[in-house]
Order: sequence, then structure tokens, then C-alpha cells
Amino acid sequence: MTGEVSRQTVITVKKRRPLETLLYAVILVVSIGVVGLTAFLIVYILIQGIPAISVKFLTTAENPILKTVGIFPSIVNTLYMVLFTLLISVPLGVGGAIYLNEYAKNRRLVGAIEFATETLSGIPSILYGVFGYVFFCVLLRLNVSLIAGVLTLSIMVLPILMRTTQETLKAVPQSYREGALGMGATKWHLIRTILLPCSLKGILTGVILSIGRMVSESAALLLVAGGSAMYMPRGNLFEQMSHSGSTLSVELYRYAMSRGDNKTAFGIAAILIIIVIALNLLTRFLAGRLNR
Amino acid sequence: MSETQSIIAVRKGKSGVERTMNLLFLLCGLTAVVCVVFMTLYMVVAGGPIIAKVGFFDFVFGRTWNPENSQFGIFPMIVSSIAATGGAVLIALPCGVLVAVFLAKLAPDRIAAALRALIDLLAGIPSVVYGLLGAILLVPLIFNLQTALRLPTSGNLLAAMLILVIMILPTIISVSETAIRAVPKEYEDAALALGSTRLQSIFKVSIPAAKSGIVAGIVLGTGRAIGEAMAVIMVAGNAAIMPTLLGPVRLLTTSIPIEWAYSSGTHRDALYGIGLALFVMIMAINTIFRKTLKKGGAFDDG
Repeated sequence: MTGEVSRQTVITVKKRRPLETLLYAVILVVSIGVVGLTAFLIVYILIQGIPAISVKFLTTAENPILKTVGIFPSIVNTLYMVLFTLLISVPLGVGGAIYLNEYAKNRRLVGAIEFATETLSGIPSILYGVFGYVFFCVLLRLNVSLIAGVLTLSIMVLPILMRTTQETLKAVPQSYREGALGMGATKWHLIRTILLPCSLKGILTGVILSIGRMVSESAALLLVAGGSAMYMPRGNLFEQMSHSGSTLSVELYRYAMSRGDNKTAFGIAAILIIIVIALNLLTRFLAGRLNR
Repeated sequence: MSETQSIIAVRKGKSGVERTMNLLFLLCGLTAVVCVVFMTLYMVVAGGPIIAKVGFFDFVFGRTWNPENSQFGIFPMIVSSIAATGGAVLIALPCGVLVAVFLAKLAPDRIAAALRALIDLLAGIPSVVYGLLGAILLVPLIFNLQTALRLPTSGNLLAAMLILVIMILPTIISVSETAIRAVPKEYEDAALALGSTRLQSIFKVSIPAAKSGIVAGIVLGTGRAIGEAMAVIMVAGNAAIMPTLLGPVRLLTTSIPIEWAYSSGTHRDALYGIGLALFVMIMAINTIFRKTLKKGGAFDDG
């Protein structure tokens, strides 16, 4: 409070200097510029993209004979990708965080796991693509397929899930643990009945952030899951997953670059932006609930 | 803590379920380590042979990239990557720090919160969307400049830089803001009490005190910029030549997806080699990041 008072008196006593005013102006201009640009870009995408979106656009595949455009196959591919990646990465990420926070006693091991997690989050997606291709597609003979994409994405989002889960686990009061153990609960019982329910919102935040990452991903999936999404995936689930297929982001790239069809590209961009905004609001909502 | 440990020790011996769960959680924790080890291993296994075959020096410092004639010099791409990333960071840093100052010190709380939400959104936009915006809005603008200067019109380094600026701004802003906010209020109060103005106290006291955090932001932004591929492909023109500001460029990252579909044999091996080079660069940046993070205390989250 003393700072407030002294600052105000100083400012009123001192004469305003021209340089100072200029600096204020520069800060304001840059800030308004950055924020204005952000708002402009988002509005621009929506204005350009929304006219391209129709029921037909969302629910049919592209038909080169009738010359109609539809992105249904890549919507399906994206959903498959998100669902199966979460099935793999959530147990691993949550389990890893539980190990780090509740079990691990060996400092060196904790250091190694934390180092690995940080490293994974710093590796760019194109390198995940190269690794995923060499390891999953070639070495494990999965070919360029949705399942190779799922496995690659699982590694990419692992650090996000581990970090968010670990943060919420840290926030669970130590007395909860002591109380449960003191009453004779086993460690697994404690985790199952107290720690997991308490950290559910944090885990959900991690899941939403991961979905955002998966939906945005393009470079890695272009290499490991392939480009074309013109046709619907066929056969049973296993057959569908072992075919190549593009998600929405990859499809945007394909339309803009190889086809030069900017209208469709903007349509997909608008859908992606709407998804991003929705996920963003959802994390905010969860964070609000978490603080209460 | 000692009490809980003694209970665990008693329980552990008793139940098979407990032991199984302990093991399962350990395995989950080790997944990340195994992934990093495998990634490192397979990047070297895939990218090593071509570098050994061409020769390290010829590969890294060779100036001609012509896979059809088995010329695999990636020097132009390395220089382009460094130029695009360096340029982007140089532009984004002052802008980012000024916005961070505005958000942390000058804007009223409510406005700051709203602006922060908007900037967070910027961080979540997929890179292909940035690429599309760049190709539609930015590149035609630069075409005008190129025409005025009688240069051939094409995607170019300047466009790549500006796209990267927008992509790394959210990182630099949020990390710098956290660092500036972490500076104890007493520092500024002392400066104010000594007669400095509000801005003097910010720029001569707070920012120098938050320096290590801001540096961490720079390193983090550099890592993001150097690894970006898809947005850059869509605006950069993609010729594997030495970079000029208004000429087409191809970065390390973009070479891989551009040539991926039609490469095979030695050509594909060379792309793995580029991947390995990029991997090494990223690892070096991450190591620097971790070092600056350890040195500076005024920073907590990436």
C-alpha cells in the first residue's frame, strides 16, 4: 500500500518527461497491436470459413464426379485418433504421475523420469513424425496407418498428461493421505478411493489440453498416418485403424497446398478454430471449478 | 512423513495387489524414459548412416542439396533455419516483453485477464491455420514489395519469420509476464521511493531482475520456432538455396515433409539425416534451457 501512495505522489510531483510519454505510447501501441492482430486473425478465419461449412460439407466424403467437397472421413479419422490416443496415453500419463508423486523414493529415478518428460515436450512434431515412421511404420510393420498415428500421438501428449496430473496430486492435502493410511488403508486403496477422485478435474484439464494438441497436429501425422482422406474408412475397426487416413489439420494442409482449394481449407480452419475456442473455454471452466 | 512410510513398509509385504500396482505405476513412470531412449537411438540409427556415407563435414557444410545427383549438403537449410528463428526471436522479444510489462504492471486486472485469455487462444491455433493465413494474407503483401524491387515473387524468408513471430509471441509473453510478476514488490517500491518514475522502476529494476525468466522465454521460443514445419512450408517458397530476406528459403524442418512423399533409398536416408541434425540442435537448445532455468529462480512454469 505504501508503494501505491508513494508512486502516485512521485508521479504527480514530477514533471512528465516526453521520453516517458513516448515509452507509454509504444507499450500501448504494441499491446493493442498484438491483441488486435489476434482478434483480427480469429475473426478473419471465421468469416472466410463459415460460409464453406454446411451439413453436406460435414456429413459427406469428397466426390470428384459430382464435384462436391466433404470432410466427413477426416472428422471420423480425427475422432478415432483422439479416442484411441486417450485410451493409451491417459493410463500411462496418470500412472506415471502417480508413481512420481506417491511411490518414487529414488531421487535419480525421479530425475531421469522428469528429464525424459521435459525432453519429450521439447521435441518438435516433425521429429516425432520421423521417429514414428522409422519405429512404428517400418520396424513394427504397422505401415502408414491410423494406428501408427495413434501410437505417435500417445508419446507426444504423455508429458502434458503427466504434468497436469502431477500438479493436481501435489495439491491434494497431505493430511488426506495420512488419514487414510492411518485408518489402515493400503496404498492402492488410498490412490483408488481418495487421490484419483480428488485429482479428477486436473486429469480432465490434461485430457482437454491433449485433445487440443492432437487436433492441431499435422507434421507428424502427415508422415505416419498419411495424407488422403477422400474415402470413408472401410471394414471392421481393426481394418479401419490399419489404413492410412488424414485428420482435419492434415486435410487442411492437403487442400491448401496440393489442391489450392482455399475455400475448403478455410472451412476446415474455421472448424479447427471453433474446436480450439471450445477446448479453451472448457479448461477455463474446469480451472474455475477447481479453485472453488 | 516417517509415519506413513512405516505403514507402507508393513503393508507392502502383505498384499499381491499392492505389489502389482506398485510395479504397474513404475512401468508407467518409465514409459517416458523408454520413449526418449528409443527416440534418440532410432534417430541415430536412421540418420547416422547417410552422414557417415557423405561425410560429416560435407553433409553439414555442403552447399548443394541435389538428391538426384546424390549431393546432400544441408548447409543452406541450417543457415535458413537459424536466420528464420533468429529473426523471429529478435522481433518477438521486444514486442513480447512490452506486452508482458503492459499485462503485469500497467493494465487494470480485468483487462489484463481478458487480454491474457485472447493471447492464450493464439497459442492454441494449429500451425497449418497459421500457414494458411500467412499464405493468403502475408505472402501477397510481400509480393507487392518484391514486385516493387523487381525481384521474382515467391514465398520468402521474411514471411516465414513473421509467421514464426506470431507463433512464439504467446510463449514469450506468458513466460516474461510470469517472471516480471515474480519480482518482489519491494524492489520497485525502493526505486520509487528513491524518486524514479513508474516506467524507470519497471525498465531499470523489474526487467533486469526478471532477466533470467525472460531468457528462459527466449530459449523456449527459439525451440518452438526452430521446430516449426507446417506453417513455414506454406509461406517460405521452399528452394534449398542460401537465404536472402526476400528470397525463397527451405528450413531443416520443412525439407522433411516437402520431399517425404517422393523420396526413397538414399534420398530418404538423407531426410533421416536432416532429422538427426535437427534433433541434435533441439537437444542443445533444451540443455541450454534447463541450465538457464536452474540459474534463474524467478521462473516456475513453461
